[in-house]
Amino acid sequence: MAVSLDDTINRQTHSTLSWLLSRQTFWVFLAALLACIALSFLTDTFATRNNLFNVTRNFAFVGIVAIGMTVVIISGGIDLSVGSTLCLSAIVTGLVMSAGYPLAVGIALALIAAILVGVVNGVLIAYVGMPPFVVTLGMLSVARSMALVLSNNKMVYQFGPDQALLLQLGGGTTFGIANPLIVLAVMALIAGFVFRWTGWGRHIFAIGGNEHAAILTGVPVRRIKVGVYVISALTAGIAGVLMTGWLGSVTTNLGTGMELTVIAATVIGGANLAGGVGTAFGAVVGAALIEVIRNSLILLGISTFWQGAFVGSFIVIAVAFDRIRSLRQSD
Amino acid sequence: MTVLELKGISKHFGAIQALNDVSLTIKPGEVVGLMGDNGAGKSTLVKIIAGNFPPSHGTMRVLDREVHFHKPVEARENGIEVVYQDLALCNNLTAAANVFLGRELKRGFGPIRILDYATMYKRAADLFKELKSETRPRDLVKQMSGGQRQAVAIARTRLSDSKIVLMDEPTAAISVRQVAEVLNLIRRLRDQGIAVILISHRMPDVFSVCDKIVVLRRGTKVADKLISESSPEEVTALITGALERA
Repeated sequence: MAVSLDDTINRQTHSTLSWLLSRQTFWVFLAALLACIALSFLTDTFATRNNLFNVTRNFAFVGIVAIGMTVVIISGGIDLSVGSTLCLSAIVTGLVMSAGYPLAVGIALALIAAILVGVVNGVLIAYVGMPPFVVTLGMLSVARSMALVLSNNKMVYQFGPDQALLLQLGGGTTFGIANPLIVLAVMALIAGFVFRWTGWGRHIFAIGGNEHAAILTGVPVRRIKVGVYVISALTAGIAGVLMTGWLGSVTTNLGTGMELTVIAATVIGGANLAGGVGTAFGAVVGAALIEVIRNSLILLGISTFWQGAFVGSFIVIAVAFDRIRSLRQSD
Repeated sequence: MTVLELKGISKHFGAIQALNDVSLTIKPGEVVGLMGDNGAGKSTLVKIIAGNFPPSHGTMRVLDREVHFHKPVEARENGIEVVYQDLALCNNLTAAANVFLGRELKRGFGPIRILDYATMYKRAADLFKELKSETRPRDLVKQMSGGQRQAVAIARTRLSDSKIVLMDEPTAAISVRQVAEVLNLIRRLRDQGIAVILISHRMPDVFSVCDKIVVLRRGTKVADKLISESSPEEVTALITGALERA
């Protein structure tokens, strides 16, 4: 009796292979990989050094914000204000640096502005108890308005004495890899580590799975939720600084509509909008797939008007796969 | 020695008197069935003991020491654990993760502390073994049967050195076989000297596992006697009010 109970308790339910095959992220990764291979054969232009460089850099910005969004979505929330926060942080960077301050001050103030946005979001959601959708929808409007007020809606294209440094940071490379891509990789590794190995990471999954249970078991739910929105805003802020350096100029329409691309990347990468499910790697893969689709349409000479249709279909297909799988499991 | 002693506990919410002068003592290893119709005050009493809110009047003593709880964590620190009716489990996490939720074990050095998966899996497995439940620590709670889910919620109460376990309707929504499993889990707790307060509507469960029965009606205690001296008929009469007091 004791032996058989031991065996049952210690038996492993999944093999590594079946675990892998049950992951949405794995299939999306496969889809992105296949698309890349197909494109390398179909076009002469895809597998060129230049194009690959562009693709990886372009998706890095969405990917960075998608990591923050993944944290929010795992906790069962949503952050619609990331596009506006990105713009606000870019404008702050531009204004501070064009006023003659060094790069470090520009970055610090930009990130502080982003963190403030996250704190306001988080406090209204966690302590006042308002729905994340409403709070961040309001913030979408407020943060962009702040960017307009601060810049007086003028384009910023001169960044003072540290201009070269800023352009190098956002547009340059290190060992031949675009800097934003390196930032993305580092952040994805940090996020992956936090999700798996820290109590904080465990708790955001718990809150997304059953917030009431998390409260009853003594998880500091409110504090964690504020942290979640701060992290989301912070990733938007980091992407804002990098984008400023890449573009070499900032306008107040930067990042308009970006929240939807970011949410799409997160969902395609396997995060569940109902909360409790998501991975850092998934956010990166989702962002990559969207950029590969975009790039392939251009290279194949298909009108870019089709982009929305393709990205939208992928969101639906990805979620449909998830749905079919969970139906099969419940049988 | 008593593990829990309630004296003259009353609770009112505005004009509504939910509990009126309820006194109760529980000894170690005693299984007490708490019964009463909907609105009789069972949940209010449980929530007071569990620290969800303080009573309006009356005193509460745990191990002969007076206590005042303002939040559930304080009750837990005093050895009172609760298995909630909805079990308070996260479906998206593993059994072990649920057992240790809010009390994760960590290892590392200095400020860098990471989750200690190996020890948590092992301790969770030991707890399930102790409860004689076929529950695998690495499985997601989503995929578990009602009995296994109960085992996870009960294993959680065994993490610390708990004295009293409150169970709110643990057998309300599960199959016959699983009810038997849960009643066995309660017996395991009793065998280890833990007092259990079982809130239930199901007469057979109470009579098969409890030592003592307490009946509430409209906020007052109308019966507090050994199960051997009572009968399902008497308890039914007490609950409905056909019998005034026993």
